[in-house]
Amino acid sequence: MDLDFTSEQMMLRDAAARFSASECTYEEVKKVEDSEKGYVPELWKKIADLGWTNVLFPSRYGGYDGTFLDLVILQEEMGKALFPSPFFSTVVQCGLLILEGGTEEQKADLLGRIAVGSLIMALAQYEEETDYSAESVMMTAEPRGNEYVLNGTKMFVMDANIADKLIVVARAGGAGISLFLVNSHDPGIQITKLPTVAKDNACEVIFENVIVAKENMIGSPGCGGALLDQMYEKAAVAKAGEIMGGCKACIDMTAEYARNREQYGNPIGGYQAIQHFMADMLLFYDTTSNYLYRVACMIDEGKDFTRDASALKACANECFRYVTEKGVKIHGGIGTTREADVALFYRRAPTYASMCGSTSYHYEKVAEKLLTEGMETF
Amino acid sequence: MDFDLTDEELALKKEFDDFFREEMKHAPPVYRYEALIEAMYATDEGWEFNKYMRKKLVERGLYVRHWPKEYGGGGATLVEQRIYSESQAYFGAPGNDNFGLGMFAPTLMIYASDEQKARLLPPIARGEVQYCQGWSEPNAGSDLASLKTTAIKDGEYYIVNGQKIWITAAHRADHMFLLARTDPSQKRGGGLSVFNVDMSLPGIEVRPILYMNGVHLYNEIFLTDVRIHESERIGKENQGWGMTRDTMNFERSGSGAYAITRRNLEKLIAYVKTTKRNGKFLAEDPLVRQKLGKIYADMEAGRALAYRIAWMQEKGKLRFSPAAASESKVFSTELNKRVADFGVEIMGFSGQIEHSPWAPLEGVMIASYQSTIASMIYAGSNEIQRNIISWVGAGMPRLKGQG
Repeated sequence: MDLDFTSEQMMLRDAAARFSASECTYEEVKKVEDSEKGYVPELWKKIADLGWTNVLFPSRYGGYDGTFLDLVILQEEMGKALFPSPFFSTVVQCGLLILEGGTEEQKADLLGRIAVGSLIMALAQYEEETDYSAESVMMTAEPRGNEYVLNGTKMFVMDANIADKLIVVARAGGAGISLFLVNSHDPGIQITKLPTVAKDNACEVIFENVIVAKENMIGSPGCGGALLDQMYEKAAVAKAGEIMGGCKACIDMTAEYARNREQYGNPIGGYQAIQHFMADMLLFYDTTSNYLYRVACMIDEGKDFTRDASALKACANECFRYVTEKGVKIHGGIGTTREADVALFYRRAPTYASMCGSTSYHYEKVAEKLLTEGMETF
Repeated sequence: MDFDLTDEELALKKEFDDFFREEMKHAPPVYRYEALIEAMYATDEGWEFNKYMRKKLVERGLYVRHWPKEYGGGGATLVEQRIYSESQAYFGAPGNDNFGLGMFAPTLMIYASDEQKARLLPPIARGEVQYCQGWSEPNAGSDLASLKTTAIKDGEYYIVNGQKIWITAAHRADHMFLLARTDPSQKRGGGLSVFNVDMSLPGIEVRPILYMNGVHLYNEIFLTDVRIHESERIGKENQGWGMTRDTMNFERSGSGAYAITRRNLEKLIAYVKTTKRNGKFLAEDPLVRQKLGKIYADMEAGRALAYRIAWMQEKGKLRFSPAAASESKVFSTELNKRVADFGVEIMGFSGQIEHSPWAPLEGVMIASYQSTIASMIYAGSNEIQRNIISWVGAGMPRLKGQG
C-alpha cells in the first residue's frame, strides 16, 4: 500500500491549480456561461499545449501515456475551477470510444487532433425517451447501399454547438446499436442549445436524412452498446473526479465564509448547526474522495472495477448534492445570488449527477452485480 | 498510488481469517446474533468464550501483535493491524479487552512511569486482566471535563468518592482506569488525574444497568472512601485531561466496523434472494435494490478512508489523527445503524422477532437495531464528534462553552 501521489502527479496537480487560478476565475466562468460558445477557444488551446488533452492516449497516437489517476487529478482540478471546456465530451467520452473501438487510421487521425486541441467532438446519445443505458436508444440509421441515413432527435448532446464531429448512437438496421462518425456541419443537422440550469453546452441535435458513409463508424455495426458501456464505466470515474474537485472547492469556500461571517457577535462557524453541516460535508468528501482514488487505481491495475465505478459515481452524486446544498445554505442570502460562486456549484449538481448515470441508476447496477455475482472475500 | 495489500499482507490476512474461522466454530450461539460487545460481556457463556479466545490470541502472538517491540509486542504496522481488526470483526470474534488493550495500554506507553509500564503492561499483554473505563458520571456525559468524583490526597493515598456510570463490563473487570478530580478548586479539565484502580478495593460497589433489551452490559460504580495508593496515579497530578483526550482518540481509531457492515450485507443479500413477499423475491424489489446498492457504496467509501487513516498515521508516525478518527467513528456507526434499519424494515413484521426459531437471520438485525443506537452515543456521541470534525477538520472556530 502506498497512498501518496507520485511527484509527477503532484506537479501535474499544482500546474493545473495554478492554471485555473490565473486563467479561469469564477468571474470568467460566469461570463462564459452567458456566452454562446460556452467555452474559451484560447484556453482550450492552452490546455492542449499543457498536455491535458492527450493525458489518456498512448504515445503512438501522440499521447502522454498517462495513468487513469493522472486523468482523475486533472478532472478534480477542472472540477474545482468549473473550467468551461469540451474536455469531458471530447477527450473522455469520444476519446475513450475511439481508443477502444476505432480503427488504427481513426485513432491516428482523430486522437492525434484531439491531443493537440484542434478537434472538438460530442457524443449524441440521449433521446427524449432513453434512460442512461445505450440499449434504450431508439433512433435508427437506415442502410442504403454504401451509406446509412440518420433520422431522429438527440438530446443533451454536450458541446454539439462547438463540435467539429459527432459520434451518433443509432440502431443500424437489424444490427443494433452502432456508433456513427458525423461531421457536425453536414447537411440535415440542426443544433440548438438547451436552456439548462448549469448554463452549459447541452444541445438538441436534429438529424434529417443525414447521410453517413459506411466506413464512418466507430467499431462494427451492432457493437456500439458494448463500446458505450465500456466507456461509461471509466467516464463515470472521471466524472466522479470532477465532482469531487467541485466538492472540495465548495467546502473550502463555505468554510472560509463560515469563519468570517459574524452574527450574534460570533462567526457563524462557531455555531453547532453550521458546524454539523460542515462536519457532514467533510465526512462525505473524505470517504468518497478516497474511494475515488482507490477505483482509479483499480483501473490502472487492470482489475474489474465496474461495480465500484458505479458505487463511486452514486456516492459522488450524493456528496455533490449535499455539499452544494449546504454550501448555499451556509452562505445564506448571498449564496442564492447570481454573484455567488457557491451557486455555480449548486446549479451543476443535477447535471453532473445525470452525466454517466444518475444515483439510482448506479445503485441499481451495484445491486444487480451484488445479487448475481456476490462479493469476493473481504 | 496503490491501495493493494502486499503478498505478505495477503498471507497474513489468510492466516487471520483461517484462525478466526476455525476458532469461531467453538463459539456459543450468542456470538452469531448479538452485537459482539454484548456477547463478550453480558452472558456468562459469552464471557467464558471471550476469555478462552483471549488466551488463544496470546498463545498465537496475536493479542499484542500491534504493540511496539519494546513492550513485548510484535511491532506490526497499522495497516497490518487494520487487516487483523477487520478479520476479527468479520468473524465476530471476541478476545480483546476493549478498554485495557485498546485504550489504556497505548496511553500508558506515552504517560506512565517506567515502574508503572513494567508493572501494568505485561499483565495486559498476557491477557490476564480485564479493564473498564471510569469516566462518565450522571452529570458528566458529553461534558466529561465537568466530572465531580474527587480523589483527595491523604499521605501516600488518594481518597476517592463519587459515582461513575455507563461502565461497560465493570462487572467483568478486575481493573478500572479512573478519571477523578484531584484538585476541586480547579474547574473542568484542570485538576483531573488518571488512576489505575484495582476493582477489589474496599468501597467500590458495582450495580447493573440493564440495556433496553434486558442485557447486563453497563454498570454504575459507587466509590466511597476508596483508598488508592499514589503509585497508581498515571502521569502528573492534575494533568489527566490531556492524557484522557489521547485515550479518547485511541478509543475512536482502528475499529473493524466496516467488516461488520460487510458481514451483515452478505447476510441480507442471502436473505433477499431467498425471501418472498407477494410471490416475488425481495431481491426483485427496486427499493430493496437501491438500498443494497447504497450500503455497499458507503461501506467501500468508508473503508477507503479507514485505510487512508491507517496509512497516514503509519507514515507520519502519528499516534492518531483526531478529525479522521472522529470521521470514522461517525460514518461507521451510522452506516451500521442504517444497515440494521434496512434489515428490520424489509423483514416486515418478522423484523421485530428477537433470536428464536421465528427470527429471520437468527434475529441479528433486530439485535443490531438495538445495539447500534448506543454506538452512536458512546465513545463520544456522534454530535460531539461532529463538533470535533468541524473544529479540527474544517477549521471552524471553537466558541466559549464548546468543550
